[in-house]
Amino acid sequence: MAITDKEIQELTRHAKRIRKDIIDITGWAGGAHIGGGLSMTEILVILYYKYLNIDPKNPDWKDRDRMILSKGHGGVGYAPILARKGYFDFDLLKEFNRFKSPFGMHLDSNKVKGVDVSTGSLGHGLPIAVGLALGARLQKKSWLTYTILGDGECNEGSIWEAAMAAAHFKLTNMITIVDRNQLMIDGTTESVMGLEPFADKWKAFGWIVKSADGHDYNSLSEAIEYAQKEDAAPVVIIADTIKGKGVDFMENEVKWHYGGLDTDLMEKAKTSVDK
Amino acid sequence: MSQGLTWTVYDANTMSQAEIYGQVLCDLGEQNDKIVGLSADLANSTKIGKFGEQFPDRFFNVGIAEQNLFGVAAGLAKSGLTPFVSTMAVFASMRAAEQIRTDISYQNLDCKIIATHGGISFGAAGTTHHCTEDIAIMRSFANMTVIVPADGLEMANAVKACVDHPGPVYIRIGRGFEPTYYEKEDYGFEIGKAVNICDGTDLTIICCGVCVLQAAEAARYLKENDDLSVRVINIHTLKPLDEEAILKAVTDTRRIVTVEEHNIHGGLGSAVADVIAKSGKGCAFHKIGIPDCFCEVGYPEDLYSHYKLDADGIISVVRDVMGKDFEDDDDWEDEV
Repeated sequence: MAITDKEIQELTRHAKRIRKDIIDITGWAGGAHIGGGLSMTEILVILYYKYLNIDPKNPDWKDRDRMILSKGHGGVGYAPILARKGYFDFDLLKEFNRFKSPFGMHLDSNKVKGVDVSTGSLGHGLPIAVGLALGARLQKKSWLTYTILGDGECNEGSIWEAAMAAAHFKLTNMITIVDRNQLMIDGTTESVMGLEPFADKWKAFGWIVKSADGHDYNSLSEAIEYAQKEDAAPVVIIADTIKGKGVDFMENEVKWHYGGLDTDLMEKAKTSVDK
Repeated sequence: MSQGLTWTVYDANTMSQAEIYGQVLCDLGEQNDKIVGLSADLANSTKIGKFGEQFPDRFFNVGIAEQNLFGVAAGLAKSGLTPFVSTMAVFASMRAAEQIRTDISYQNLDCKIIATHGGISFGAAGTTHHCTEDIAIMRSFANMTVIVPADGLEMANAVKACVDHPGPVYIRIGRGFEPTYYEKEDYGFEIGKAVNICDGTDLTIICCGVCVLQAAEAARYLKENDDLSVRVINIHTLKPLDEEAILKAVTDTRRIVTVEEHNIHGGLGSAVADVIAKSGKGCAFHKIGIPDCFCEVGYPEDLYSHYKLDADGIISVVRDVMGKDFEDDDDWEDEV
């Protein structure tokens, strides 16, 4: 079930729109984690528009695939996809970060339809994914648990506690994707707290590692379909990405981890996305 | 409440709290296939291993990794199951505090935490294994229900009741070996409802956990020897708190002593003090607990004696409080 050129055209169109949505929300909200929102756009787009078995009209459907945005600060990149998929009205996002809005920077599963797990504190998503995968297996359910990790959050010990457990319990009904954008708040991942040899660490913990270009649908598609079929060990896809991807003045700029946009910058950013 | 459990009052007198917990959980597991068990290399110490032996497919030992333990429990709860998680109170409430707060309480998940070795019950192990802070921590998590049973029978009642109680529940027990207070199970246990151990009009002892038996003994002694009428209230549920029972005690007896195996800050005494302050009623008040220090090393009975948590200690504090002549104060009758 390889991805077709037509599908790629569609996904590319979706990603462009989502990136403009992210720019709009950042402007409306007064500030957002825009860099890491933009780095994972293709990953979320391919999951939501091609692979996740979900029904936005029935968000609590018991047999749906689960998706955990473990890098919960990516809420600004996640919320527009959920809106565009029909979980809620896109215009609600104009209230992002505002008083009593259901949408804070880090999305709340009890307030935002489509969000399976409340995240925001780093290192929490993978242990919860292990629990979901164990629960699905115990109840003989075929749904899968997808988790998107930030690379910086892999400094957290709890990620490696969960990595050990996923391999120990031979959980092959969970698929983990690392948004390897190489940047964290204080600098590059390698300067702040080195992760490399990153793939070797996962392998040593008993995982199968697939590398992918996190902005290339053929590459992501191949890796995800491999992970769906693999039944020997849990699979992690290390997706190389660019923080701030699509907005030329934000790409690979550590200062755009979090920022605000005025009307001029919003226009400039959208023009860049259209290039 | 579940029916047909196999433990007996005889068991309660011969088994530790934790052993009864293991047995009760097995019985509940028979009736409810949504119940799963988890531990972090303390399956035997916490007795949840008994559930694991009976239901190996429904038991997960995650190794010595408490953050992962509670994250996994949250995921299992999200998948539609009811996890019971057991580890020592000190690791549950502090090593994994954020997972319990953010993954479980914030999402209001049906996750039941049975924390063993609470208070100073593992006295000889020292501060690393004491836990005199957990009630303060757990009480501050929104959505969390906090229960400190008096003995094995109350433990069994609490475990049975918590299955159908929505949201997260933290049940704190000792290491085992604690003497029992109750003689029968059907004394009317209800989450959030205090139990009147004995009535009295001169002073009220408000207590929880192992201190209930000691307080009851103290009240009996004071009646026989000091002609004092002392009320004893078992506040097994620290949250939600039975404010009505506390307010009635304040009105009826005007003298309150709280007793708990916890730092005097943030636990039962603090919770009771909040209620008294809010009521605007004056009363004499004394908290017995660990006086904001890390507890000495020793066998529990020696430590209980040292910190006045035993009957003798409680008697001495009650006599002090009874000796206060504040009722002669001009403003004693002033009430809001």
